[in-house]
Amino acid sequence: MNQEKTPPSEAETEHFVSQAPFDLQSIEQLSEDQEKLYLASQWTLMWWKFKRHRLAVVSGLFLIALYLSVLISEFLAPYNLHSRHVDHIYAPPQAIHLFHDGSFVGPFVYATNFKLDMTNLSRVYTENRTKIYPIRFLCRGDDYKLWGQFESNLHLFCPAPNGTLFLLGTDRLGRDVLSRIIYGARISLTISLLGVTVTFLLGITFGGIAGYYGGVVDLIIQRIIEVIQSLPTIPLWLVLAAIMPVTWSPLLVYFGITIILGLLDWTGLARAVRSKLLSLREEDYVLAAQLMGATPRRIIGRHLIPGFMSHLIASATISIPTMILGETALSFLKLGLRPPITSWGVLLVEAQNINVVVLYPWLMLPVVPVIMVIIAFSFLGDGLRDAADPYK
Amino acid sequence: MLHYIFKRILIMIPTLLLISMLVFLLIELPPGDYLESYIAELQMQGETVDPQHIEFLRKEYGLDKPVLERYVLWIYGMTHGDFGYSFEYQMPVSRVVGDRMFLTTLLSVSTIIFTWLVAFPIGIYSATHQYSWGDYGLTFIGLIGLATPNFLLALVLLYLANIWFGTSIGGIMDPEFLNQPMSWAKLKSILSHLWIPVIVIGTSGTAGMIRRLRANLLDELQKQYVITARAKGLHPFRSLMKYPLRMSLNFFIADIGNIFPNIISGSVLVAIVLSLETTGPVLVAALQSQDMYLAGSFMMFLATLSVVGVLVSDIALAILDPRIRLQGGSTK
Repeated sequence: MNQEKTPPSEAETEHFVSQAPFDLQSIEQLSEDQEKLYLASQWTLMWWKFKRHRLAVVSGLFLIALYLSVLISEFLAPYNLHSRHVDHIYAPPQAIHLFHDGSFVGPFVYATNFKLDMTNLSRVYTENRTKIYPIRFLCRGDDYKLWGQFESNLHLFCPAPNGTLFLLGTDRLGRDVLSRIIYGARISLTISLLGVTVTFLLGITFGGIAGYYGGVVDLIIQRIIEVIQSLPTIPLWLVLAAIMPVTWSPLLVYFGITIILGLLDWTGLARAVRSKLLSLREEDYVLAAQLMGATPRRIIGRHLIPGFMSHLIASATISIPTMILGETALSFLKLGLRPPITSWGVLLVEAQNINVVVLYPWLMLPVVPVIMVIIAFSFLGDGLRDAADPYK
Repeated sequence: MLHYIFKRILIMIPTLLLISMLVFLLIELPPGDYLESYIAELQMQGETVDPQHIEFLRKEYGLDKPVLERYVLWIYGMTHGDFGYSFEYQMPVSRVVGDRMFLTTLLSVSTIIFTWLVAFPIGIYSATHQYSWGDYGLTFIGLIGLATPNFLLALVLLYLANIWFGTSIGGIMDPEFLNQPMSWAKLKSILSHLWIPVIVIGTSGTAGMIRRLRANLLDELQKQYVITARAKGLHPFRSLMKYPLRMSLNFFIADIGNIFPNIISGSVLVAIVLSLETTGPVLVAALQSQDMYLAGSFMMFLATLSVVGVLVSDIALAILDPRIRLQGGSTK
């Protein structure tokens, strides 16, 4: 049959019908790659697009690692949150060395000599170059209770017996700054997640109601959003924080702060939800759902919101940095979290006056994780926003 | 145009009314009032409290009246220049806040101008040199500025300013000018201290503005008319200045409305750290001691300042962009 495909010659052209069964695929044959692309689900497409934003992927991995570290802070930190070293108050950071007298020893720190300078009334710490304290790994140190359940004393790394290991120095009570930063991550990172949850709930509820019903309801909610947006946030946070009774336990204060942070942040999200809903509610599938008797709650939650969930996640990621900074600011003003709860903001309270900048600059180090987390969230948010609409 | 401005100002009234309700509610919410903390303080010092005296004070300050009546009185007073009485300072609120309000306004407006001057050229540079080292570097510096908590930046800058320039630490003017009437020397002293808070408050706003300006200008530069202009051989500088820049200028002014509340709220925090004689420190103190009229008036003032900021940006936008002015088609 195949040889007959080309008609013989012009002169004797006959009516020609190919007997081969018609195969649709033969016309528009998809290559393997194309097939994969066309059959990919929306979330797969987003994942592909997201992967192309290198910085966002790195930031995402970094943040995942940080959030996982929160689970095992006790193990990662060389000291406990509250263990004090009265002989090492305001000790400067100890540098890690590898070589001693030209020979390789492995990571170690030198011992420190302490002297009280009576003329300046300051503590002077000097490195004692003769005594070395090798750092131990996977070793026994301070006792702790992991998740309040399992008693253990295993640490990732700890000081040599009788030695010290203050990689980032100590504070005014002789507590290790590095350990406190590691523990502080627990509060600082979770508070923003809880805050974003509040934002999400409020934003989707109010934005959803405004967008779906429109009319007067929309008008009222719009005005409220406008008012909240035109109010300066920090003073408002201050007022809200001042409402919390002083008698509250630190844990209650923690939840109070998350709600305060979320309470002022939902307006942007609500606006996004509203404008999306306004256009989506005219779609046919909404009409179909309405005719089948679905309640507004079901239509909004089941049919409309999933349609732009990716956008919501992206914009929520972008709003997390504001919350972390907000918590830091509130704690700094002593209107936020209070010791014994330790967040990065609480740690920065120590760095509140100019003396610290001059004399003990290492107390400002908790700001480094704050900056890193915020930058990581910004990059991640950028990447998510680009990926949120994979069909563009 | 006048019609638009008039309409815009009319909209402000319900907004401010809503804000005042919110502020009053928030200030009423904490349990107890100033007198209760006053009594507690007296008892702590071992002094006896005369219940009749307290009752007299309660009546004098109108604390025995129902909430709604107090709200109406407060609002009514404010429209007549009476902002209530500060318990803590034992004098009318307007006397406590007068000078501080002026300084807060001065600080906010200077910060806006600073933000402009920095963000505009950098934003244009970043957009026209997309993906260059300069672009990356500036974006990175901007991000750091965005991510650093303001109060820490303030402390470090204070220290550096003291070492490099010998500026006295803290305050917005040299101490001898405090409570002095305004004079040329005082203004000069203020200006020489102003730059630290302006930079500190400005950084985060500037970084955000640069990013948004860059994105906006980039969108504009990719449009067909720019490509046509380039293809026809128009000088790149002119093809940037003639239309794309004007288009992004719109957005630039609209953005002021967004960053103004941020700047005001940032200034509160920075003022506390730098102990500036602006509203911030007094607001926090008033909140802690439940000096409600003082706190309420401060909140009201800050909110009004940011609402007016948004208004100014809206009007400027309307002057610049006829599409906004003619929205709705009723004003022709």
